[in-house]
Amino acid sequence: MTPEHRKYLTAPLIDSNPVTLQILGICSALAVTTSMATALTMSIALTVVLTAASALISLIRRHLPSSIRLVLQITIIAALVIVADQILRAYAFEMSQRLSVFVGLIVTNCIVLGRAETFAMRNPVWPSVLDGLGNGLGYSLVLMIVAALREGFGAGALFGVQLLPLASEGGWFTPLGFMLLAPSAFFILGLMIWALRTGRPAQIEPDAFPRNDTGAEEAGR
Amino acid sequence: MADVFSPFEVWRRFLALPNDSRGKTLGVAFGVALVAAMAVSVTSVALKPRQQAHLDALREAQLAGMIATLPGLGDILRETGAETLETVLVDLRTSLISEAADPQGFDFLAAQTDPAQSTALSSEQDIAGIGRRPDLAPVYLLSGQEGLALVVLPVYGTGYQSTIRAYLALSGDLTTVAGLSIYEQGETPGLGSRITDPVWQGLWAGKQALSPVGEVVIRVVRGTAQGPSEVDGISGATRSTTGVTRLVAFWLGAEGYGPFLSALKAGGRP
Repeated sequence: MTPEHRKYLTAPLIDSNPVTLQILGICSALAVTTSMATALTMSIALTVVLTAASALISLIRRHLPSSIRLVLQITIIAALVIVADQILRAYAFEMSQRLSVFVGLIVTNCIVLGRAETFAMRNPVWPSVLDGLGNGLGYSLVLMIVAALREGFGAGALFGVQLLPLASEGGWFTPLGFMLLAPSAFFILGLMIWALRTGRPAQIEPDAFPRNDTGAEEAGR
Repeated sequence: MADVFSPFEVWRRFLALPNDSRGKTLGVAFGVALVAAMAVSVTSVALKPRQQAHLDALREAQLAGMIATLPGLGDILRETGAETLETVLVDLRTSLISEAADPQGFDFLAAQTDPAQSTALSSEQDIAGIGRRPDLAPVYLLSGQEGLALVVLPVYGTGYQSTIRAYLALSGDLTTVAGLSIYEQGETPGLGSRITDPVWQGLWAGKQALSPVGEVVIRVVRGTAQGPSEVDGISGATRSTTGVTRLVAFWLGAEGYGPFLSALKAGGRP
């Protein structure tokens, strides 16, 4: 693997992370991160779908008519997602019950279509696979951190293994019920993005809607 | 001249077409759709038996969960050594046990709305508000050493704003309620949804549901229950509890399992 290729794999982990930099895939990041086990299953499913979709789309990129390319990309992604969902239902039934619709909703996850459209359509198969894998792992990394914080503070456990003795069972730890509600994931993600952009100012986006008035104009009216 | 009928040549020519030509657009769209459809269908069909096994196990676990909460039933199970219930399909038109279909593979939910497998009810008959009654219904029988110990009937009907689905268990005398377990409802949260409260459902156990001549006598009353066949109402959930009364009355009545239960009581399996 050349350094160039390695960059495709490692850049999406932190420098151009799809969740913290591009703010994509937030919906599922909120929904499945109440426990490490669901977050891990979702991460694996998304990484597999993203890598396979990038490979397939890159493979036929030269023959996709530009007028219907988005439709074809979504068709390929949707087929892969259904297959992944069916496999989960057959071999990990309880987990698929807990994830409910969120595996199916990978279709609408902007990370997958985003990588297909911006990378796989323009690059050979191998870099596309690495890019898909890298972005999948970047998403997984964020999900695992959020899930570790939420399950850790919300239930005192990780992967269902009780680490902190609960007050209700004679221990000292009172679980923070708020951590198991969706808003807590927003706060954790927000704090992560803030910390990341403080450490790496290059990630701060320019103001999309800069102010042009100076205030004097308003006062003159 | 090249052999134009060679499949490779046709394929090569197809790929050489300009991407935005009509032929290539249609061809690529068709090809991608075909491959995607094949992948989805093959996985779906290949994995169906495994998925169905999981779903059946889930439904059985729910039923077993209800039976485990019924008082005294654990003892019956221990005495007889019976691990599972016997499932029979009752033909509600004839009140006889139907051998026409396999109880294990019977889709009760689909039969409830399928015109070919159900009978329309007149408004006088339809006290449970279900519109159509399925022709076949599964009934779970559990026998102890002294004969029939328990009959579990799947029942459903309209409450205030949703379909309430439950299992109603009758004791071996076929007149006393052994338990009621509501497993699906969409009543107003905090008000009607309190019909799922285990304490309230527990009030049903031991009540007399049918009179000696087979009339449905059990009902939910406002305030405190009097007598052996009344159940306390829940304030704020009047319509929902009335719905439960009505669906129990319908399913134990003449259009429901009533004739089957009478025949079962008269002796032997109908």
